[in-house]
Amino acid sequence: MDATGTIFPVDPHWPGTGSSRIPFWAYTRDDLYKRELERLFYANHWCYIGLEVEVPEPGDFKRTVVGERSVIMTRTADGEIHVVENVCAHRGMRFCREKRGNSKDLLCPYHQWNYDLKGNLTGVPFRRGVKQGGKVNGGMPADFKPEDHGLTKLKVARRGGVVFASFDHSIEPFEAFLGPTILAYFDRVFDGRKLELLGYRRQRIPGNWKLMQENIKDPYHPGLLHTWFSTFGLWRADNQSELKMDAHLRHAAMISTRGQGGKVTEVTSGIDSFKEAMKVNDPRLLDIVHEPWWGKPTAVMTTIFPSVIIQQQVNSVSTRHIQPNGHGSFDFVWTHFGFADDDPEMKQRRLIQANLFGPAGFVSADDGEVIEWSQEGFEQKPSHRTLVEMGGTDTTDSDHMVTETLIRGMYAYWRKVMGE
Amino acid sequence: MLDFQSYSELLDLYSSYAGVVDSSDWEKWPEFFLDDGTYRLQPRENFDAGLPLCLLALESKAMIRDRVFGVKETMYHDPYYQRHVVGTPRVLSVKTTDRGEEIEAEANYIVFRTKREGVTEVFNAGRYRDAIVRTTEGLKFRSRLCVYDSEMIPNSLIYPI
Ligand code: FES
Ligand SMILES: [Fe+2]
Repeated sequence: MDATGTIFPVDPHWPGTGSSRIPFWAYTRDDLYKRELERLFYANHWCYIGLEVEVPEPGDFKRTVVGERSVIMTRTADGEIHVVENVCAHRGMRFCREKRGNSKDLLCPYHQWNYDLKGNLTGVPFRRGVKQGGKVNGGMPADFKPEDHGLTKLKVARRGGVVFASFDHSIEPFEAFLGPTILAYFDRVFDGRKLELLGYRRQRIPGNWKLMQENIKDPYHPGLLHTWFSTFGLWRADNQSELKMDAHLRHAAMISTRGQGGKVTEVTSGIDSFKEAMKVNDPRLLDIVHEPWWGKPTAVMTTIFPSVIIQQQVNSVSTRHIQPNGHGSFDFVWTHFGFADDDPEMKQRRLIQANLFGPAGFVSADDGEVIEWSQEGFEQKPSHRTLVEMGGTDTTDSDHMVTETLIRGMYAYWRKVMGE
Repeated sequence: MLDFQSYSELLDLYSSYAGVVDSSDWEKWPEFFLDDGTYRLQPRENFDAGLPLCLLALESKAMIRDRVFGVKETMYHDPYYQRHVVGTPRVLSVKTTDRGEEIEAEANYIVFRTKREGVTEVFNAGRYRDAIVRTTEGLKFRSRLCVYDSEMIPNSLIYPI
């Protein structure tokens, strides 16, 4: 494409049928981004909302987003969880302004339309007009039916203490959406134990949202970019690992088992910067204690397309919510949690290991940075393409990490759904 | 509560700290802390909700040194300058403890970030909440908690606040 001399192609086409060379314009076009919102975030896909433990009591609510659409998760007195769109049925205001709280109902301050926690319209001031001098002024038309003017309600799925929702009421069940392979890794973390919320961290990353999905589908980079990981032996190219996808190739799990130390082999010295001698000054940073629920793997990173990543990196567990805002930016919201039966030592261990992750994390701050720099490269010449051919051009599961197969899988799926 | 001499030492601690973290002389940063001193940088939403998670929770001088190693040696990031503007510290209490005099103080701060070829932007605004003790080498932090209003970090935060 570069050969034609066009840097900013008009209505370009993806050359060929593969998914190993992704056009830069897939990250830079506003029209494609809008289509992604419609087809990936607003239809056919369950999107992450939050953890049930964020709204433990009746009346608790949390505001979040599905794609760019502001929504509210509520807990009603019967223990149910509801998700409604934060747009007033009257004149469209985003009325809920607090991030979280507790309330009997949902009130739009503009004209005080009132909704219950399920989103049903329960009150319209002056609905029957105002009596003045023997006549009734104004009021809604006689055929106005409050039941037709509730907030937009999303379909809700709850599993293991996690809440997903969809604007698309015809969507397949959540379990089918994940598929059996990925569901098993989801259930590994969320097996029904009570969770304990540890807190949030937020960052705005100036890059296309897909770059974060790619980042967590990319086992090629951690031993290289994240020098900290490899310096202290937490990530080595000879770690045992597996890469698995769902049947649609949209979700994935990167499963790895930490090497037991030992000599740096030829293999590892070629691909990462592990130095045997390096030790942290405060060993608590790497005080890893095996938990029975892990099974054999010491880290599993699960990407649930398009909206969330589930992190289990040794004792640190979190959800990472992708909240796109425009083709070139997204907010990345980390919710760290533990389990209600953690002893104080385990809780403290999770909090200390959280230093590795998040917007300032030893091995995560660099991910945000490289995503920003990737986007800059794409904007510079949208006619060009990336080269995602480590390990070949296929889209099969893998029993090693020297491959970009998961990224190719995601774009094979993306092409199908997007019609590109 | 504090005599003039002690308050002037406190001012000196705050301004030296700002000087060091703005200077790229990261090796000097851990020296402001006791050996078991802590440095925590926490989004205000967690602080207000009583949630323990921090952006950084460095639980000892050794761990603060580990952070310095990360900043200097391992973390890839856009280089930037930072500039702290720290308000006048307010002394909340002065107590006598088994370690001697302990001052509880707080001060507002703003940190500006300037990337190469970039314009200067407000990077992080918040409040220091400190516990400070007197040692033979002058005042040191037993704990420094930075609670920041700027909950949405502009991509990443590398250097110490
Ligand atoms: S816009 Fe909400 S009540 Fe009028
Ligand atoms: Fe990474």
